[in-house]
Amino acid sequence: MNIDKKIADDLVANDISFVTTVPCKQLAGVIEEIDQRDDIYHIPSNKEDEGMGLCAGAWMGGKRPAIIMQNTAIGVTFNTLATLIQYYRMPLPMLISYRGELREPVACQVEMAIHTKALLAQMNIPTYHFHWQKDVEELDNILKYTFMCNKPVAILTDANFWGGYGDQ
Amino acid sequence: MIRSEILKEIAPILRDQLVVCNIGIPSQELHAIDDQPTNFYMLGTMGLASSIGLGLALAQPKPVIVIDGDGSILTNMGTLPTIANNVADNYILMIIDNGSYGSTGDQPTYAGLKTSLAKVAEACGCENVIECRDVDTGEVLQKALESGKMHVIVVKCDSGNAKNPVITMDPVVIRDRFMKAVQA
Repeated sequence: MNIDKKIADDLVANDISFVTTVPCKQLAGVIEEIDQRDDIYHIPSNKEDEGMGLCAGAWMGGKRPAIIMQNTAIGVTFNTLATLIQYYRMPLPMLISYRGELREPVACQVEMAIHTKALLAQMNIPTYHFHWQKDVEELDNILKYTFMCNKPVAILTDANFWGGYGDQ
Repeated sequence: MIRSEILKEIAPILRDQLVVCNIGIPSQELHAIDDQPTNFYMLGTMGLASSIGLGLALAQPKPVIVIDGDGSILTNMGTLPTIANNVADNYILMIIDNGSYGSTGDQPTYAGLKTSLAKVAEACGCENVIECRDVDTGEVLQKALESGKMHVIVVKCDSGNAKNPVITMDPVVIRDRFMKAVQA
């Protein structure tokens, strides 16, 4: 199974046509796949809260959005999640690379990984953790759930899910 | 002129357009001057008016005017390269540059000192960047709308705020009526 293609297929199948990304090495393949899709407008952001603003506007304009980002940036998004996405009740799938988990080679990444789930729980953000490749089968249901309840929903995807961190 | 005087003057131009308005006193002033379902008031999230407006402009064809401030642009400076590289010709970013953080007690911003936001926008690759005097705002905005081209307008004006009540409308109501106005 090509995970990158499967994720992009699920986004398109759920009518998601506006995707903003801040890169992570683990996400490089899926970002490239999304960039090549004609039915998705891919808009790279310089910072994750900026990306959430773009997504909020796109959704109010009639397009279903998604953000792809790294868990180390979760801290810069809390005000935006609380006062924009949650306060105005907007849906936002957050596909997050879960750095600092099993098979992580960079020790510093663990420092945010140990806080990630607790912070998301504190924000009452529904959170799913993809550890095995087959976990991606749940993505379609998670996307439908997100646009059913109009909430931000986090999908944490660790190095094991992506088949290891790569050549480092 | 201070911001509220500019908003009063351009209210007839804004009335029929989709407007995304910056957090705090700017939204309170616009709400008091001419509340419209086509206005999206930000109640929190400093810095993101320009990003919300860009997402909205890219997602649908109606013109979008963002009323932003110099302090908010400085907070989210990364917005300018994103705007420059994702051209939406239905997007007008109007930065009311009064050189101060108006909603927090008029502390000076760097835009009122050495930093030129118009030059920053140009350096980021934005086209149609216009710096204008407060008294010319209406004319510049009208021309920008008629041109059908993306614009960044930096309005140099005086620091100061009108006294208005806070917006008590529920955020979901603001958002819902705005989305209905977008679709209308």
